[in-house]
Amino acid sequence: MRLTPRFLLSAAAPLAALPGRAVAEGMPQLHFKDPLLQGQVVWGALIFIIFYLLLSRSALPRVASVLKARETRIQSDLDLARRARKDADQAQKELFEAREKASEDANATIQNIRETTKETIRVQAEETAARLEAEIKNAESQIALSRNNALSSINEIASSTAMTLAERLVGTADQQAVTAAIEHARAAGADHVS
Amino acid sequence: MASGSTIDALGQFELHPIFGSFGEALRFSQAPLFMVISSAVVLAFLYIGMKPKAVVPGRLQAAAEVSYDFVHGLAVDTIGEEKGTAFFPFIFALFFFILVGNYIGLLPFSYTFTSHIAVTFALAITVFILCILTSLRFQGMNFFKHFMPEGAPMALSPILVPIEILSYISRPVSLSIRLFANMVAGHVLLEVFASFTIMLAGLGVVGDVLAVTPLVLNIALTALELLVGLLQAYVFAILTCIYLREAVDH
Repeated sequence: MRLTPRFLLSAAAPLAALPGRAVAEGMPQLHFKDPLLQGQVVWGALIFIIFYLLLSRSALPRVASVLKARETRIQSDLDLARRARKDADQAQKELFEAREKASEDANATIQNIRETTKETIRVQAEETAARLEAEIKNAESQIALSRNNALSSINEIASSTAMTLAERLVGTADQQAVTAAIEHARAAGADHVS
Repeated sequence: MASGSTIDALGQFELHPIFGSFGEALRFSQAPLFMVISSAVVLAFLYIGMKPKAVVPGRLQAAAEVSYDFVHGLAVDTIGEEKGTAFFPFIFALFFFILVGNYIGLLPFSYTFTSHIAVTFALAITVFILCILTSLRFQGMNFFKHFMPEGAPMALSPILVPIEILSYISRPVSLSIRLFANMVAGHVLLEVFASFTIMLAGLGVVGDVLAVTPLVLNIALTALELLVGLLQAYVFAILTCIYLREAVDH
């Protein structure tokens, strides 16, 4: 809405003139010779300057300081909260890592024990196997020895037995014949045995 | 005032000396009185509002802070961060001087100093001179280049330069007349309708009933005036910001 004073006057004049009197003096605002009108400009300038100075030097900085203090406080609280969260995150991470490490250590220990045990068992088994082997060998050699011994004493026993038998049966015994016979029998027997 | 059967819609704008001989001698009329009252109201609003200095503000403090933030945002958004902050107290003073002047003028038995062209023109010419000084300070002689639009043929300069100068000079005129005319129009309408009520009431029973109509209209007009008062203060402040922006960076 843009109203010029002239438009306003022309609009207001018929209204005012309607009942009788015209706008005799016109607008008081246009009486620039009026000392009160001039005075109000000077007073206005003075009041506005004082108003401006009070605002810019005192009132507005006061508001600004309160706003600034609030911003600082909120910022510091935020920083504090952020730092606390960071610490908590760090602690959680450390805890997690410690747990992870402990779990790994435990696994390693278990693995270690398992392997050691396995190794021990294997070594023991090997030792046992070696001992058994040795014992078997030993036994076998003893058996072979006994067998050989037995086999070597067979001729003697056989010849003495045959001599005795022959003496009882015949009365005399030819040593050489008996031995030959025994050799013969033994060879047949050995063939039979083997 | 309605005296008898005439409507004197313009009498309300007359200046009278107050405080007897003191006002007479110092040319102190209602207008300066209400300027003092308006300034005091704004300052009291800020001082009392900000007194608690609370981190969580109460109602009055919140209102004071909102008014600060509103004008601060206006100045900084338009003029720029650094220079906007420098001009902010001036914009604040201007906005609230006009706003409270407009609003206090709506109270009965008060006076609207913004309805005087001398006052609004003084404010506008202050803005105008400030803009010129700011322009010279930040642009030096480059400021005068703006009166010759860039890229326009030289031959047109005898026409263009006077037009540009005229449009520049018309700024304080339009700034002051806009505010003055709006306030005068509003108050004339209020006065006229109020007079209608009184005149109709003098006509007897039928008039008593009919007199309600201008009264209701006046109530609606008061609401409109509240809007206009705020709007004109805002327009004055934002135009000042725009002019200052042009002055600082162009």
